[in-house]
Amino acid sequence: MHALLGQLPVGLSIGAVLLLVALGLNFTFGQMGVVNMAHGEFLMAGAYTAFVLQAWFGAQSVLVGLPVAFVVVGLMGLALERGLIRHFYGRPLDTLLLTWGVSLILQQVARDVFGAPNVDVAAPGWLAGGVDAAGVRLHYSRLFILALAVLCVLAVGWYLARSRTGRQMRAVTQNRQLAACSGIDTARVDQITFFIGSGVAGVAGVALTLIGPIGPTLGSTYIVDAFLVVVVGGLGQLRGAVLAAAVLGLLNAYAEFWSDASLAKVVVFAVIIAFLQVRPQGLFVLRSRALT
Amino acid sequence: MLRVEGLTAGYGRAQVLFGIDLEVPAGAVVSVMGRNGVGKTTLLNTVMGVLPATGGRVLFDGADITRRGTHARVRGRIGYVPQGHGTFPQLTVEENLLVAWEATGRRDPGGVAAALGVFPRLRELLKRRAGFLSGGQQQQLAIARALVTDPRLLVLDEPTEGIQPSIVAEIEEAITTLHQNRGLTVLLVEQYLDIALRLADAFTVIDRGSVVRQGGRAELRDGEIQRLLAI
Repeated sequence: MHALLGQLPVGLSIGAVLLLVALGLNFTFGQMGVVNMAHGEFLMAGAYTAFVLQAWFGAQSVLVGLPVAFVVVGLMGLALERGLIRHFYGRPLDTLLLTWGVSLILQQVARDVFGAPNVDVAAPGWLAGGVDAAGVRLHYSRLFILALAVLCVLAVGWYLARSRTGRQMRAVTQNRQLAACSGIDTARVDQITFFIGSGVAGVAGVALTLIGPIGPTLGSTYIVDAFLVVVVGGLGQLRGAVLAAAVLGLLNAYAEFWSDASLAKVVVFAVIIAFLQVRPQGLFVLRSRALT
Repeated sequence: MLRVEGLTAGYGRAQVLFGIDLEVPAGAVVSVMGRNGVGKTTLLNTVMGVLPATGGRVLFDGADITRRGTHARVRGRIGYVPQGHGTFPQLTVEENLLVAWEATGRRDPGGVAAALGVFPRLRELLKRRAGFLSGGQQQQLAIARALVTDPRLLVLDEPTEGIQPSIVAEIEEAITTLHQNRGLTVLLVEQYLDIALRLADAFTVIDRGSVVRQGGRAELRDGEIQRLLAI
């Protein structure tokens, strides 16, 4: 019984990672509908930002890296949107190929700059160790990721619901043409959306350095999971993404507990496929009164 | 105030407007009339930059705005209510107004209150999501949203289409009041002849993308517009 209960924090911790990597996609894919295959490489760029900062800040590079990676990776996303993606709006297949190409380029750049082998980013001393609960050891680093995920969700939720640009973002998502007719500079909103979405991916990347070593292919490990969370949660739905990440994380933990890691993956994918058969629109959908 | 010169536009290879000339003097209410599919909405969309002009010019207060973005035209104080009571369905009524007000770059809440003054009925609905309002309420919200930016010219595309009669009367009254009390200039597309005849003091009838008749109320003989609009 204790062992069963012990899987709960493990699952939530996996869910927190899933949520963090998916949160940025909630902007670029969820709000704007852009399939950005380079999102995984933005995670990787965030992770390497922390790695680079290590030269100056040592073990505190993770903490310093969170805001720095947000800006650095955010600017990368902005450059991608301005330079390439905006010329392909309304052409999802072309965007998919394009961003996949960008993702390969970024991987190779990382290989050339940082080398192919994985590298370590030292965690701050105060994140070493953990607490024992219900027979399972909870690492402080995992708890830190959980707290970071909660913080990020609250920040993003506040931003979308309350801030001026967040409101404009939702307006553009719901009716782009009407947004322009209301005086909103939609191109500027697109830029801000992409900056924030990519920046959040950078933050998630820094968090990933706490889980294990990082390498040029870090992104490809998480890209599928990130898209799954957004699709299962419902496009652009923050609470959907939170719920989906938690459920998928728990499912993963328990399936792994009863079988093994690879079988757990199979179980998770099977459940997702079955779920999307029943509810292709995801957990949450935008509802409104149908207009005649 | 607004001057359209030889405007051409279309969708891809299908040209819809074949050189439209139109003048909206300051303080006037001009109605664009025409049967379905002759290019009325296309004309308004091109005037607002939603659709790019392929030729001709759009002048606002003498300045050439033909190449400006839609949002820049709106910030230049042209309000636009597109066809089909457009609102942001997932935003509340208040947010619908706020988002337009904030787009002007101003921070004080003045514009929202002023727009609510025109349609007081919306005050009770501020916290409701726009998508759950009735068609008539949505149209009032759409017009209020366009008024938030304090426009000097209001462009309306079929403001009374598919709306219950009592609200049509309210909308009609609001337009009249804005015109008479605040001197708002209006460019309007209106299907219902009786409403157009009550509101407008000048008419432009278009057919197949060209102007076929233009004139003030006095210049158009009784029944002439009816004949031009007959199917």
